[in-house]
Amino acid sequence: MSPVWYRVHRVRRETHDVVTLELTPPEGAPPCSPEPGQFNMLYVFGTGEVPISISSLPSDRGELVHTVRGVGAVTNKLIALQRGDVVGVRGPFGRPWPVGELRGRDVVVVTGGIGLAPLRPVLQHLLAHRKTFGHVSLLYGARTPYDLLYRNELLAWRDSREIDVEWTVDRSSGVWNGNVGVVTRLISRATFDPERVTAFVCGPEIMIKYAIEALRNRGMATSNCYVSMERNMKCAVGFCGHCQYGPTFMCKDGPVFRFDHIEPLFQIREL
Amino acid sequence: MTQIPTSKPSIVDTLRKHQVFEGISPDCLEAFAATAHHVSLQPREVLIQEGAPAEEFLLIDSGRIAIEIFVQGRGHVSIETLGPGELVGWSWLVEPHRWHFDAIAVTPSDLIAFPAAAARELLASNHECGYGLLSRFLPQIVQRLRATRMQLLDFYTLEQ
Repeated sequence: MSPVWYRVHRVRRETHDVVTLELTPPEGAPPCSPEPGQFNMLYVFGTGEVPISISSLPSDRGELVHTVRGVGAVTNKLIALQRGDVVGVRGPFGRPWPVGELRGRDVVVVTGGIGLAPLRPVLQHLLAHRKTFGHVSLLYGARTPYDLLYRNELLAWRDSREIDVEWTVDRSSGVWNGNVGVVTRLISRATFDPERVTAFVCGPEIMIKYAIEALRNRGMATSNCYVSMERNMKCAVGFCGHCQYGPTFMCKDGPVFRFDHIEPLFQIREL
Repeated sequence: MTQIPTSKPSIVDTLRKHQVFEGISPDCLEAFAATAHHVSLQPREVLIQEGAPAEEFLLIDSGRIAIEIFVQGRGHVSIETLGPGELVGWSWLVEPHRWHFDAIAVTPSDLIAFPAAAARELLASNHECGYGLLSRFLPQIVQRLRATRMQLLDFYTLEQ
């Protein structure tokens, strides 16, 4: 599968090391219609290719939105791209969040750090079809107030009163008036019916571990918890084995998993 | 800080709303409520001052309270925020009964305050009530200790 060359249409700086790229397809390109939770492989000329989650529902014009944190050679090149630059795109790949199964249920979204990016299209979907779902909560954690993503949207979502939105930071600064503490602390305060709630969790693996534990303490079944995992994806089609996770491949069996399906793997250290 | 004179039954009703007092015997609930009073705070109003005698503990009924410490050169640093149903303060339980942190209202907040001397006396004289209270305090202490350990892990710098 060859990359399609998309042009950077807009760059929005979210934090000191995170940017959101809006990419426009070339004329005549085959449509790319990713679902929430899927990812594309983004290719920077001469540097390499990395998997990046889709961070917005696709537009009618086929534009793609990706939020990237600069942590390595390729991602640091990605966050330095300017309007008009070209990037290669392969995808979409992977299993999406099961948003089709949420009808009539409460939904709790627990996320931390850059993990909000793959869940943003889920929240957009929930808001676009709000009456279809029960109580919806977004619980979001970041390291500091300066690391919060999509600030304007967070405020708009909260002010809409369509969903409960709570965010917290691990480390505060003098002017911070919000919550302080790890995101898992928000779970015990959130409103949802444990019998009819589905949880979507995305963030660092250690955060996922404690979030699942907190959800379980609220009486939730892990069969109603979905998590998005991350490994070193290369080919993205299950051939190369770089992203093997026990008997599964992250790229084609994930990145979204029902937690009880991978729970035994979660217990294995260094896997 | 405003102390609102309130009839005892309303304090008992307030306590019953919160999970932390779930399952405690009615007699013990009445005994704790007997000396308790409502407290209302406005944003940035100080509830607890580091170094002061720990003369009460509190249950948050509504609002948000920040636990802060003053760091020279950095000013007030918020360590964690607490919400409804959470207890504020356990220095009243441990010698020398002095607060180790500041507690400040972040939003308009309503709390129930329990005088420490009466609570300590009740714990010493009525072991059923004492056990009932401490077995409800301990999970919150453990939960907050675990949360602090998670904060030390610095989740988000581990992201690659």
